Amino acid sequence: MKPADRVDAVPPSGIRRFFELAAEMDDVISLGVGEPDFAAPWAARDAAITSLERGRTSYTMNRGRSDLRAAIAARMSDRYDLEYDPETEVLVTAGASEGIDLAFRALVDPGDTVAVVQPSYVSYVPGVIFAGGEVLAVPTREEDAFKLGYERLAEAGAQEADVLVFCYPNNPTGATMTGDELQGVAEFAREHDLTVLSDEIYAALTYEHEHTSIATLPGMRERTVVFNGFSKAYAMTGLRLGYALAPPEAITAMNRIHQYTMLSAPTTAQHAGLEALDSCDGAVAEMRDQYDRRRNLVLSRFEEMGLDCFRASGAFYAFPSCPWDDAGEFAEALLEETGVAVVPGTAFGEAGEGHLRVSYATGIDDLTEALDRIERFIA
Amino acid sequence: MSRREDVLGVLRENARASTEDIARQIDSDPETVEAVIEELEAAGVVRGYQAVIDRDQLESQPVRATVELNVTLDRETGYDDIAERIARFPQVKSLYLVSGDFDFMMEVEDESMQEVSAFISDKVAPVPEITQTVTHYVMDSYKEQGIEMGDGDEDDRLSVSP
Repeated sequence: MKPADRVDAVPPSGIRRFFELAAEMDDVISLGVGEPDFAAPWAARDAAITSLERGRTSYTMNRGRSDLRAAIAARMSDRYDLEYDPETEVLVTAGASEGIDLAFRALVDPGDTVAVVQPSYVSYVPGVIFAGGEVLAVPTREEDAFKLGYERLAEAGAQEADVLVFCYPNNPTGATMTGDELQGVAEFAREHDLTVLSDEIYAALTYEHEHTSIATLPGMRERTVVFNGFSKAYAMTGLRLGYALAPPEAITAMNRIHQYTMLSAPTTAQHAGLEALDSCDGAVAEMRDQYDRRRNLVLSRFEEMGLDCFRASGAFYAFPSCPWDDAGEFAEALLEETGVAVVPGTAFGEAGEGHLRVSYATGIDDLTEALDRIERFIA
Repeated sequence: MSRREDVLGVLRENARASTEDIARQIDSDPETVEAVIEELEAAGVVRGYQAVIDRDQLESQPVRATVELNVTLDRETGYDDIAERIARFPQVKSLYLVSGDFDFMMEVEDESMQEVSAFISDKVAPVPEITQTVTHYVMDSYKEQGIEMGDGDEDDRLSVSP
C-alpha cells in the first residue's frame, strides 16, 4: 500500500535512530529521555486502581468528566491566573499532544502558514503538515537564551503567518519566559492577528521564576489555545492525559474532531488526574526540588568541564553547545564509546544545530556517573 | 529555602554526598556548605550519620523488637526522667513518648531473641515506674528510614524519547 503524500512528506523522527542504537547496547545511561524518572504519585495511581475495581471502564463525556474539568479550571485560575469556563472552554485530551494535533486540524486550513518556534518539540512540524498547513520556522538563539521576541518573529517573517506555536518552559532547551518577556510576543500576535498555540506542559517545572501563560496578557486570551496536562508535572506520561483551554469556538471545533476520533480521554487516567489535582501537589513540589538539584549539578559540572551551556531554567533539560561541529556525530560517538545517550539538537529543528539535549530526568547517582563519562570523553 | 534547609535536603537523601557535590546541587560553593554543615553539627541539628542497612543480607542478623511501655508518674518522676533512664541502654535504638493506649514506644535491638527478652525483663520491666511492657518482635522489614527494602522497580522508560 502506498502511504498518502502528506505522510511521505514527514520524515521519520530523528530520535528513532538513537533509540535503536541505544537499545542494542548494555549499560547505557540515558540522558536522552523526555519523561520523568519518577512514577506517578501513589495517590493518583491508587485512584486509578480504585476506579478499575469499581468497574469505571466506560467512556466519559467527549470533553472529559465534568468534575475533572472543574478541577482543571480551578487549578488554572489559582495557579496561573487563567480563567476558563469548565463547561465550554476546557477539553480533556489524550495527552497534550492530542490537543495540539486537534488544534492544528481544527484551526489550520490547507495553505495556512503556521510559525513554529524552534528548537522545539518534535511533533509540531509533522502536525502542521498532516493538517495541510505550511511550516514557517522561527529560530531562537542561544544569545537570547532561546527566548522568543518581537524581533525574532519579524526577522523570520511571521507577520505572514496565521498561527504561531511555541512551548515555554521549552523542550529541548530548558528555556523559560517571564510575563515581561512574553509582552513582545503578545504584541506581535495582536498586531498581525495571529492565533497562538501555547504548549505549557512543563509549566509546573520552573526554577527561577513562576510560570506565566501568554493567555493572561492583554488581548491574548481570545486568540490563544493553552495546552497543559499531567504527564510532566505528575509523572503520568503513560496515562496519556492532557487538556486544552481556549474560547468556546476553538474548543467546540477541536471537540468536533476529538468526538469522532478519540471519543474521550482514557477514563482510568481521568480518575488519576482528578486525584492528582486534589492531593498530589506535595509530590510535585518534591519532584521539582529534585529536578532543581540535578539542574544545578549538571550546569555546575558542565561549567567545570568547560562545556558551554546557557542557564536552563525550566523543564528537565540542559542544552549545552556541542564541542564538535556535528552534534549528531558527537552524540553517536559518545553513545558508542561511553554508553551515555544524549540527543543531538537537530532532532528539534535546524535551530538546534550545534547543541545537545541533556535530560536530567535521571537519578543523581546515574547522572553523576554519566557526567563523569562525558567529562572523560571530551577531555 | 534557606541554605541550611538546602544542605539538609541533600544530606537527608545521601549523607555521604561530598561537600563539592552538595555545593553543585544547591548552587553554592564547598566552603559555604562546609560552614553550614559545621554549624548544623555544632547546634545539634545534625546528630549523626548512619547507613541504612538491609539486615536480611547480614551474616549475623540482629533481633529487633518494638516495645510498648506503660508508666505511672509521681511528684518526683516525670516522663523525661523515665525516658532518660531507659534511653541510656545501648540496646535501645529509639524511644518515643506517644499518644494512645500506652506511653512510650521503644525500639530495641540485640543479638538474639533471648538477649532482647532478658533485656526487657531484667533491665526495663523492673524500673519502678514502668507498670507494663508489651513486646513485638520484628519479623520482616519492608521500609527503613524512608528506603524500601524490596528489589525496586526497573526503569522501563524508552532509553531515548522526544
